[in-house]
Amino acid sequence: MNAATRWLLYGGIPVVGIVAPLLFPNYTFQFAVLWVMILFAQTWDVMGGQMGYNSLGNIFFFGAGMYISAIAQIGVFYDVAEYTSAFGAIKVEFSAAQYFVGLTLGTILAGIGCVALAVLLGLCFFGLRGPYFAIGTLGVALAAAELVGSIQYLGGGGGISMPVFPGDPDLRARFYYYLCMVLAILVFLFVRWLYAGHFGLTVNAIRDDEDKAEAMGIHTKRYKIVAWGVAAFFLGMSGALYGNMIGFIEPLEVAFPTTTFGIFMVAMCLLGGKGTLWGPVLGATLFHIVKEITWTHLLGWQWVALGAIIIVNIVFFQQGILGWARERWPERFGVTVDRRMSADRGESEAA
Amino acid sequence: MLTNIELLFQAPLLNVQLLLDGLFIGAVFALAAYGLALVWGVMNVKNLAQGDFVIAGGYIAYSLAQIGMHPILGLPIAFMVMFVFGWVVYKVIISRVVHKDLFTSLLATFGLSLLLQQVLNLIYGPDVRTAESGFEIRTILGGFVTVADIKLASFILAALLAVGVVVFMKKSRMGQAIRATAQDPRAARVVGIDTERVYAFTYALNAAICGAAGVLISMMWVIQPFYGIGYSIRSFVIVTAAGLGNLPGVIISGLGLGVLEQFSAFVLGAELQVFIVVSALLVVLIWRQLQQARHRQAVR
Repeated sequence: MNAATRWLLYGGIPVVGIVAPLLFPNYTFQFAVLWVMILFAQTWDVMGGQMGYNSLGNIFFFGAGMYISAIAQIGVFYDVAEYTSAFGAIKVEFSAAQYFVGLTLGTILAGIGCVALAVLLGLCFFGLRGPYFAIGTLGVALAAAELVGSIQYLGGGGGISMPVFPGDPDLRARFYYYLCMVLAILVFLFVRWLYAGHFGLTVNAIRDDEDKAEAMGIHTKRYKIVAWGVAAFFLGMSGALYGNMIGFIEPLEVAFPTTTFGIFMVAMCLLGGKGTLWGPVLGATLFHIVKEITWTHLLGWQWVALGAIIIVNIVFFQQGILGWARERWPERFGVTVDRRMSADRGESEAA
Repeated sequence: MLTNIELLFQAPLLNVQLLLDGLFIGAVFALAAYGLALVWGVMNVKNLAQGDFVIAGGYIAYSLAQIGMHPILGLPIAFMVMFVFGWVVYKVIISRVVHKDLFTSLLATFGLSLLLQQVLNLIYGPDVRTAESGFEIRTILGGFVTVADIKLASFILAALLAVGVVVFMKKSRMGQAIRATAQDPRAARVVGIDTERVYAFTYALNAAICGAAGVLISMMWVIQPFYGIGYSIRSFVIVTAAGLGNLPGVIISGLGLGVLEQFSAFVLGAELQVFIVVSALLVVLIWRQLQQARHRQAVR
């Protein structure tokens, strides 16, 4: 990537991001979801793409963050049990100051709480490799949804109505749009910094051969937990924002949607090219745009189409868009290919 | 919760009831899990669409019952239809991912699972269904324990099917080829076994076994398009707990899971059933890890 394209991307994307809701105010919510999707794909790639630990249950942190923030936001000013048992029937007025203090506190606590959960789960699950890890994490997300649904304190299956935003709906939509955008861009800059340094090399070593990495003296477990903690921190915060943005949270469809958002984040990474910096961003953007344009025209067949997309993606186009581009034009990605070596390897593999 | 435990002590026959129900349903779990163990052991594909094959088999029986055919007679039909379906799925999807890394096949089958449950949802709608067998419910032990004839029949059918599959694996040429491929696919190719065909057959056989298990479940319980994931998780619990290639272990942990589910659903409440199954998976995974950690220590 040369300097001109880099400046175009790094300067152009924030400008487009800032202008988009002003030009198309009706689609502000969709744009906000797009930023959340980009965040999903990036955080999944920290583990799945860069470290080779394919989690199917990262959505757990999204839901956990949502619930932590809800409890914090309500609990600071009111009795949570009383609030949730009423299922939104009692209209509790939050003053503007209370609302924003609660939101800030809730978002930060969601991030920290999810890191704590990630460390705890990491200690339990990082002995699992490959598909066992994927199934185990899928189990965590499924179990969390069922458990939260049965706890009356958390509103049970009926869910919780979040505090009402003090201001008109347009302002609210724009407010959350910009928060989601800032968070997604922060995640991008943070993981870019991570991958550029020692951490990036280490997690790539874990992906390529964990036993050898361990033999080289790398504390693999520590790095794995840190990587999961990073993903959990940002997912938790995004969960807190998302919960407030849509205003009502509920365990199965909103907080722990394992078969929608949970699988979207994997599909988006694979589409864009996992293990690359821009792949998840590209994949998430394409996926979300295509989904939003076609979804309503498919009349119930959209979920079938989703399954088909995942299968086609994984079976025929596993390397993703950027992975394919890297194979096609390796020089542009700073990869030098020794033709002689690669030809030799091709022959020996064929033999 | 505590009152429920007390109840179990006060009425010992209640334990018998839960135990019997658990064993009856556990036999069907073990059947589906045996299919998974087969595919897992032979081609190293972790099939997350396992439960959706079960549900699909159940819907075949339900459809046949709608046009007036008894579900038990529908069992061989479901077996054959699912066999063909499994073969097609292998040729279209699985054959392309079987040699790639494990996450690829896991994700591909997860995509298949989403696809299947949504197709079933579009065809049959989200209501719970059951294939009516018309069998009676009898009471034993002085009327305190009820046994539905259909559950007993399902148990016997599951056992017969399992015996049939085991004999097939031991005696037939195809069964021998499958076992040879599981041991060493390369050596199997050397001695002239068409491993591609063996893989296709194994996957199709798994789908057929699942379909048969689904017929039994549709008769004794209810089916719904989105219940599949529960059966997938159950199969994983059973196979992981038993270990690969351990048929008695699969049967015992299948029956054990059935009993565990019945008892814990009684004590904790039926709405936590999925949670209990998933927790069992997590416990088994953590327990396996501790076991491995001990092995590593010994090597050190």
